[in-house]
Amino acid sequence: MEYIRVFIVGGLICVVGQVILDNTKLTPAHILVSFLTAGVILGGIGIYEPVVKYGGAGATVPIVGFGYALAKGAIEGAKTNGIIGAFTGGLQATAGGVAAAILFGYIMALIFNPKTKN
Amino acid sequence: MAVKKLGSQTVKFQNPPSIRSTYTIVGPKEGEGPLKQYFDLILEEDKWGQESYEKSEAKIQEEAIKGAISNGKLTNKDIDYILSGDLLNQIISSTYTARQFSIPYYGLYGACSTMTESLSLGAMLIDGGFAEHIVCATSSHFSSAERQFRFPLEYGSQRNFAAQWTVTGAGATILSSQGSGPYITYATTGKIVDMGIKDPSNMGGAMAPAAVDTLLTHFKDTGYSPSDYDYIFSGDLGKVGKAIVIDLMLNEGYDLSNKYTDCGVEIFDNDNQDTHAGGSGCGCAAAVFNGYIYKEIKKGNFGRILLMATGALHSTIINQQGESIPGIAHAVTIDLNKG
Repeated sequence: MEYIRVFIVGGLICVVGQVILDNTKLTPAHILVSFLTAGVILGGIGIYEPVVKYGGAGATVPIVGFGYALAKGAIEGAKTNGIIGAFTGGLQATAGGVAAAILFGYIMALIFNPKTKN
Repeated sequence: MAVKKLGSQTVKFQNPPSIRSTYTIVGPKEGEGPLKQYFDLILEEDKWGQESYEKSEAKIQEEAIKGAISNGKLTNKDIDYILSGDLLNQIISSTYTARQFSIPYYGLYGACSTMTESLSLGAMLIDGGFAEHIVCATSSHFSSAERQFRFPLEYGSQRNFAAQWTVTGAGATILSSQGSGPYITYATTGKIVDMGIKDPSNMGGAMAPAAVDTLLTHFKDTGYSPSDYDYIFSGDLGKVGKAIVIDLMLNEGYDLSNKYTDCGVEIFDNDNQDTHAGGSGCGCAAAVFNGYIYKEIKKGNFGRILLMATGALHSTIINQQGESIPGIAHAVTIDLNKG
């Protein structure tokens, strides 16, 4: 049951992206940045928290989840370390994901070469 | 006095240059398309043993030029000029190709209109008595063009439905002052037409008004009408642009529906090859003209055709700054007889 909830939530977030891509002139980069910013805002005002509780990885793995983690980290940092914590908390909370993305991205770039699309 | 000038934008050749020979090379995807039997060489792999797609494109253009010279039973020494161009910054495919030949070289940039730009200028040089044999060539490569104009391949982005598929391929034509034809009898040089379209994934729509402008001017200058042609080919407007041209020409009183098509529509089987709006790129008009059209004229299946390659003369930088896409179309009349 949990897997189904995760699948539906993750899928719905991607459907929103696909609909925007197909019906507007926005590029994938625009959508990526908008989704991230939306995650920060929704996380900051507390709307995304229940979505994460319900959808688990379906809500945290898409880029919106990254924005949510940034907002949540900044809020928690501010609570423990004051104004400095608001600056450091977001990056602390997401450091694991960022480091993993760089490491795995680097390894993939070493192993694979791009090929022409079919 | 410009004795060979006709009307506002057209040249009528007094000694029409003869198309002596051609050669075409295409990539694997083009080689699976409906025109596969007309291409001289179909690559099994589009990097062709090179380190990068840019180097591969230069090799494709080089081998196409060598093939055309050899098909024309000429040697490099017989060629007076190479007129060539491509899509990449500083037209590197053409320049690095010309580096391999000791032949005087003019590099051209007309985006996807380069094939007819080079044929027009080559024909003028020959009719003017400045050259005996000239190579006109262009190339494009899907993967080098994607990287420069759209997104890097690594990015794995989705393609828009109005987007076209850059043709991997090259075509080369040898023009000679003497020969048994087919001949280039007229050339109509296009003006820049910009209707304010800013979407770089809808090049067909951006270029179609330029194509219509050149077509109308060509008919007015030469006195020809669509019925004087066996077929009219535009370069790479694709499905979207082709429909716009048919519509706009109908508004002007010309019914082109049964004797006009677009090289970008013909080169791929859109239903099965998932190219969205069809083919594009300098290599599109080059491969379709030097392959399919030339060979059909030689067989006698076309007596007189109009080839009009179309170009979108923008760059990604100026486009990101909010500028629209200027379009251009150059037309040449190719006739089995001297006219």
